[in-house]
Amino acid sequence: MIVENEKIPFDINAIRAEFPVLKQKIYGKDLIYFDNGATSQKPQVVLDAINKYYSQENSNIHRGVHHLSQVATSHYEEARTIIQKYINAPLQEEVLFNSGTTAGINMVAFCFGELLTEGDEIVISAMEHHSNIVPWQMLCERKKCILKVIPMTKKGELEMDVFDNLLSNKTKLVAVSHISNSLGTINPIEEIIEKAHDIGAKVLIDGAQSIQHMKVDVQALDCDFYAFSGHKVFGPTGVGVLYGKKEILDSMPPYQGGGDMISKVTFEKTTYNTLPHKFEAGTPHIAGGICLGTAIEYLSKLDIDAIQKHEYELAQYAEQELLNIDGLRIIGTAKNKTSVVSFVIEGIHPFDIGTLLDKQGIAVRTGHHCTQPVMSFFEIPGTIRASFAFYNTKNEIDIFIKAVNRSLEMLR
Amino acid sequence: MTLEEKQIQIVEEFGIFDDWMDKYEYIIELGKELPIIEEADKSDDKLIEGCQSRVWLDSSMEGDKMKFVADSDAIITKGIIGLLIRVMNNETPKTIATADLHFIADIGLQEHLSPTRANGLASMVQKLKMSALKAI
Ligand SMILES: Cc1ncc(COP(=O)(O)O)c(C=O)c1O
Repeated sequence: MIVENEKIPFDINAIRAEFPVLKQKIYGKDLIYFDNGATSQKPQVVLDAINKYYSQENSNIHRGVHHLSQVATSHYEEARTIIQKYINAPLQEEVLFNSGTTAGINMVAFCFGELLTEGDEIVISAMEHHSNIVPWQMLCERKKCILKVIPMTKKGELEMDVFDNLLSNKTKLVAVSHISNSLGTINPIEEIIEKAHDIGAKVLIDGAQSIQHMKVDVQALDCDFYAFSGHKVFGPTGVGVLYGKKEILDSMPPYQGGGDMISKVTFEKTTYNTLPHKFEAGTPHIAGGICLGTAIEYLSKLDIDAIQKHEYELAQYAEQELLNIDGLRIIGTAKNKTSVVSFVIEGIHPFDIGTLLDKQGIAVRTGHHCTQPVMSFFEIPGTIRASFAFYNTKNEIDIFIKAVNRSLEMLR
Repeated sequence: MTLEEKQIQIVEEFGIFDDWMDKYEYIIELGKELPIIEEADKSDDKLIEGCQSRVWLDSSMEGDKMKFVADSDAIITKGIIGLLIRVMNNETPKTIATADLHFIADIGLQEHLSPTRANGLASMVQKLKMSALKAI
């Protein structure tokens, strides 16, 4: 059920009350969860939906005549519609369920990749997650294609004039992240999409870090593919979505063979099912799909502009306070950034800070964040990354800053 | 002191801390005290690549006892290495290869030795025991 235009005003206390995990104590301290880039916490409605599915609706979909199967099937398909509306996809069958961003990108690399021939070029960027690098390297090896990389500046911004020069009539696909998970940069994907389309290339957007922070409209963007993960957008782990334009999906061969993806099977010849089922072989993560629908519905009722403003203020405040610390350097200083703050401190290993913050109840991520080329570019082994969600507060940042300072006193 | 007695001694030392941060303060001090491996001697054959922190380990024999030196780029990892070496140093290969290192769990640091921790410590213990096995 989709209730439109019923926005709940942004009230941080009411929002925090929706997330039971935040009430926890870790090592006797109130949990401060600043690892939202890795995964988000789940609101009560999502937890209830998971419980309800397994306690009242569990059955296999698309194949049972019985009541439960029909309930589960219709809820699964309703979830698809909720997601379709949220990202403004023209057609329901353009919304494919899978296990996450990684699965979506691999599927495109394999199936769209089947349409490519030797010498075709794929363009990615210097700040991609390994999930948006390795599948293309595998494709290039398989099909003898060529991988080109849009470089970035020391601020962590893509060098768009170089991008112009990378494009040619050989370019078949451009695959870039909407938002970098290790730097927080919001990439100019509108411009990238337009320029790629001008020369006839398709565009895949890795949306793993964007849909939870901003309104995403795949028609306005005109991207050809958009991939995201359920777990980063307040839904369950193990489920994700790939949006793809119907005519492109239709032109691609199927990915995996199995149940649900077929129209007719004989030993001589099998014909494939229509979209979306063609790309959804086997029993899917039914509870995941349904509850991702619940998460997106929850998100759609929040005031996304207020969320964006709140998260922006948190990141600004955190950066301002962090920069008072001696020897601290922010990695990723793009003009257009989301609520990710990556930093290093001179002479201090990120692992040590991360361990001491943990003991003070604060969850951050340290390391290379699955973006080793970004770390090589900045010549650092890794960073400490605080990534905020709308349920975080300035007060938490104050405690975090004190904890960083206390850790430094111990380490220096 | 036997290997077991050394373990008990460490557990007793940590017994006075009831706060996590005090415990880590002590580990960090140990890390700062540990003799380091000189940069020039940090060759690749000594390196144990963790996902986050890196560890270097070197072993030698003195009579029938083994000697270890180790280092890490992260100070907490180094402190824990210091404890491990204190327990394992000057023991026979057989004692080392069969040692049950329960003190790590007893003082609440088992998370650092989990193979998923990515700090190189689990691999270090493995390598240390392997070198002992080879020396038997
Ligand atoms: C930018 C980006 N792309 C892709 C991924 C992969 O997402 P998943 O592991 O959920 O498939 C992530 C997750 O960290 C990410 O941040």
